[in-house]
Amino acid sequence: MSRIGEGILEALRMIVSLDPDLIRIVGLSLWVSLSAILIATILGVSLGTWLGLKSEKKTRLINKVIFTLMGMPPVVAGLIIYLILSRQGPLGVLGLLYTPRAMIIAQVFLAFPIITGLTMVGIRAKGQVIEETARSLGADSRFAAWTVVKESRIAILGAVITGFGRVVAEVGAVMMVGGNIDGRTRVMTTAIVLETRKGNFELAIGLGLILLSLSFFVNSVLYSIQKGGDVHDG
Amino acid sequence: MSMTDNRPLLEMTGINKVFHKEVLRIESLSLDKGLIYGVIGPSGAGKSTLLRIINLLTPPTRGTYRFMGEAFENGNDRERLRIQREMALVFQRTLLFRESVRHNIAYGLKARRVPRKDIEKRVDELLAYLGMEGLAHRRGDTLSGGEAQRVAIARAVAFEPKLLLLDEPTANLDPRNIALIEDMILSMKRDKGITVVMVTHNVFQAKRIADEVIFIDEGRIVETGPVERVFSSEAHVKTRAYVEGRMIY
Amino acid sequence: MARKQARMKGLTLLVVLLAVFSLTFMGCTAPTSPPAAESTTVEEPAEEPATEAEETDDFIILATTTSTYDSGLLDYLNPVFTEKTGIEVRVVSQGTGAALETGKRGDADVLLVHDRVSELALVEEGAFVNRSDVMYNDFIFVGPEGDPSGLKEAGDALAGLKAIHEAKSGFVSRGDDSGTHRMELRLWEAAGIEPGLEEWYLSIGQGMGDTLNMASEVQGYAMTDRGTYVAMKDNLDLVIALEGDARLFNQYGVMAVNQEIHPGVKYEQAMQYVDFLMSQEGQNLIGSYQVNGETLFFPGFGLE
Repeated sequence: MSRIGEGILEALRMIVSLDPDLIRIVGLSLWVSLSAILIATILGVSLGTWLGLKSEKKTRLINKVIFTLMGMPPVVAGLIIYLILSRQGPLGVLGLLYTPRAMIIAQVFLAFPIITGLTMVGIRAKGQVIEETARSLGADSRFAAWTVVKESRIAILGAVITGFGRVVAEVGAVMMVGGNIDGRTRVMTTAIVLETRKGNFELAIGLGLILLSLSFFVNSVLYSIQKGGDVHDG
Repeated sequence: MSMTDNRPLLEMTGINKVFHKEVLRIESLSLDKGLIYGVIGPSGAGKSTLLRIINLLTPPTRGTYRFMGEAFENGNDRERLRIQREMALVFQRTLLFRESVRHNIAYGLKARRVPRKDIEKRVDELLAYLGMEGLAHRRGDTLSGGEAQRVAIARAVAFEPKLLLLDEPTANLDPRNIALIEDMILSMKRDKGITVVMVTHNVFQAKRIADEVIFIDEGRIVETGPVERVFSSEAHVKTRAYVEGRMIY
Repeated sequence: MARKQARMKGLTLLVVLLAVFSLTFMGCTAPTSPPAAESTTVEEPAEEPATEAEETDDFIILATTTSTYDSGLLDYLNPVFTEKTGIEVRVVSQGTGAALETGKRGDADVLLVHDRVSELALVEEGAFVNRSDVMYNDFIFVGPEGDPSGLKEAGDALAGLKAIHEAKSGFVSRGDDSGTHRMELRLWEAAGIEPGLEEWYLSIGQGMGDTLNMASEVQGYAMTDRGTYVAMKDNLDLVIALEGDARLFNQYGVMAVNQEIHPGVKYEQAMQYVDFLMSQEGQNLIGSYQVNGETLFFPGFGLE
C-alpha cells in the first residue's frame, strides 16, 4: 500500500514541478491526438452531414460499415496502418513509420468513423427539417448545409469530443505505428505501459492521473453539452 | 401595388406531382399580386404539397410553371434558386435556429449576401415595425409557441419576398396570438404589398382575412374564387359541404 | 527480398480486406476494444497436466524474461516437469527488471532471469534464495546487409559500439530496463559513450521482437539474444554484424522467492522446479533444445 501512496505523491510532485519528461510526453500526446481529431473532424463532419441528410434507406450499407468501424479495435487499426507504412508496404517509401505522423494517421483512422457516425446520427434527427427551413428562406445548397452543421453543433461537438477521448486514451495503435521511441513517439499511454512494465510506477501513476483528469474533463464537457442540448430541444 | 405590370405573379397549368401515385393535380391556378389567398380543404387533400410546389421545394413532375411571366424548366437549379429567393415558406412546424431572434430574422438576408450594415439596419426596422424589439436577444429555441410563430413570419418577410407561403400559421395557438398573427399577415399585405398564400384548416379564418379562397379536395383544386362567393350559395356543392361542416361523399 | 516484398504486399491487402469485410458483416455487434497490446504474456499449459482433479490446483508462477518464453524453451522444458511432478507452471514473461519486481512483491514463486549482478544483490538482500547459474546464451549485434558502420572490422563489442556512435547509424535499444537492456547499457558505459535522446539512438521500451522489427524497418543496428533473432530472421532484413565476444555472454539464474518474506509463496514446489532445471536431465534438455538447427542455450555457468 505504501508503495502506491509514495507513487501518487511522487507523481503529484512531477506534475506540480512540470517534470520535463512528463511535459514532453503529455505535449506529444496532445499534439498527436488534437491533430488527428482536427483532420478527422474535417473529413467526418463533411461525410456525416452528407450521409445524415440522405434517407436512411439509401445509405444502409455505408451505415453498417461506419458503425462497424466505430468499434474497430485500436490494435487492428494499428496493424493495418503498420502494414501500409512498413518498408515493404504500399506507402513504405514515404518513411512515415515510427513518426508522430504515422500515429496521427492511425488515430485519424480510428476517430474518423466515430465522428462520421455520430455526426450522421445527430443530423438525421432534424437535418432535413433544418435544410428545408434554410432553403425556404433562400439559402443555396452550400449555405443550407452549413446551417445544418451549425444547428447540429451540439451533436457534432459531442462526436468530436468522443473521438478525442477515444484516441487520446488508446495505446495499441500508437504503440505499433509509433514504436514508443523515447523523446520522439512516446505518448502517455505507451509510457504508462512501459513504466509499469519496468516497475517504475511514479511516472506511470503521474501520467495515469493526467489521463484520468483529461477523461474526466472531456466527459464533464460532453455531459453538460448534452444536458444543455436536451433542455432546449424542440 | 404601384407597378404598372399587372400580369399574374404566378401561373401554373397542367401541373401534377407524383410521388408513388399522383398526389396533386392543378389544371390551372394563377395568383395575383397583393392578395391574400386562403387554401382550405380536408386533411390529406394536398394543401401542404401545393405550397411546396409553389415554392419549388418539391418541383412539379409535369406542367408549366411561370413566375412573374418567366417559365421555369425542371432541373434548372439556378433558376429554381432565383425564383425561391422571391418568396418565403413558413412551415407548419416552425423551426427557429438555435441563435438569437435577431440572427434568425437576419438569416434570409445573409443567405442573399446582403451587406452586414444593411442587414443590421433592416432587422432593426422590421423589429420596430412589428413591435418585437423585446424579443430581439432571446434565443430562437427558447420562445413560446406564439412568439416563435411571429418570429418565423418576421424571418420570412425580412427579405421582402413577393410571395409569402404560410402553412397553418396559427395552429395550436391561443386566441390572442391568433389575432396578433392575423394582424401581421394583414399588415404585410397592406404596407408591403406582399402576396400571401395561407393554408388553414379553419374556414372562419379564411373568411376573416382572405381575399380569395382555394378549396382543395383529394388532390384537385375544386374551386377558386373571391371569399364572398365561396362562402355563398353560389359555391361548388363540395365546397359548400366542406364549409358548412357536412362532408357528403 | 523481392519475393518477401511481394508477400508482404499480398499480406497487407489481405489483412485490410479481411478487417474491413469481416467487421462489416459482423454488423453492429463489433466487439469493444480489447485491452491494449502488452508484452506480458501469461502462458497456459498446452495440455492439462494431470488427470486427477486435486493435482490441477497445483501450480507455480514463474516470472521470467521474454527471451526464454519467446524462444520456445519453456514450452520444451515445462511439460516434462509437469509430467514428472504434476505441478503446472504458469509463465509470466516480462523484462528482467519487471520480473525481479514481480518476484520481490511475492507475485511469483520462482524466477528465471538474466541479470546476474542484480540477482546476486537481491539474494544478498534476502528477497530470493537458492540461486543457481542454470544456463547461458550469447548476444549478437545485428544490422543491415552490407554493415554500413563496419562492425565486422571493429571486431569486438566495445569497438562495435564506438563505430555505431561515430557513424551515427541508427541503433534501436530495448529501453525497457530488461536484462538485455541493462547489459547494453553496461556495454555503452564500458565503451565510454552515453547515448541519450539523440537522433541515431532509438530507445523504444518494448520487447526484443519489437526491437528487431524496428531495426529492420529503419535499417539500423540492434543488440539481441541469438534465440530471438534465429526465431525471427526469416521476417527480418537484418544480418549478424558481430558475435563471439565474451562480453556478450549472458548468464541466466534460477531462484525461489524467499518464503520468510512472502509466506504465501509455494516454496516447496518452486524448489522442485529449481532442482529439476539443475538436475542432469534438466541440463541435458536445455542443451538439446534447438531452433532452426541452432542451439540457443548452453547449460551451466558460461562466464570466465
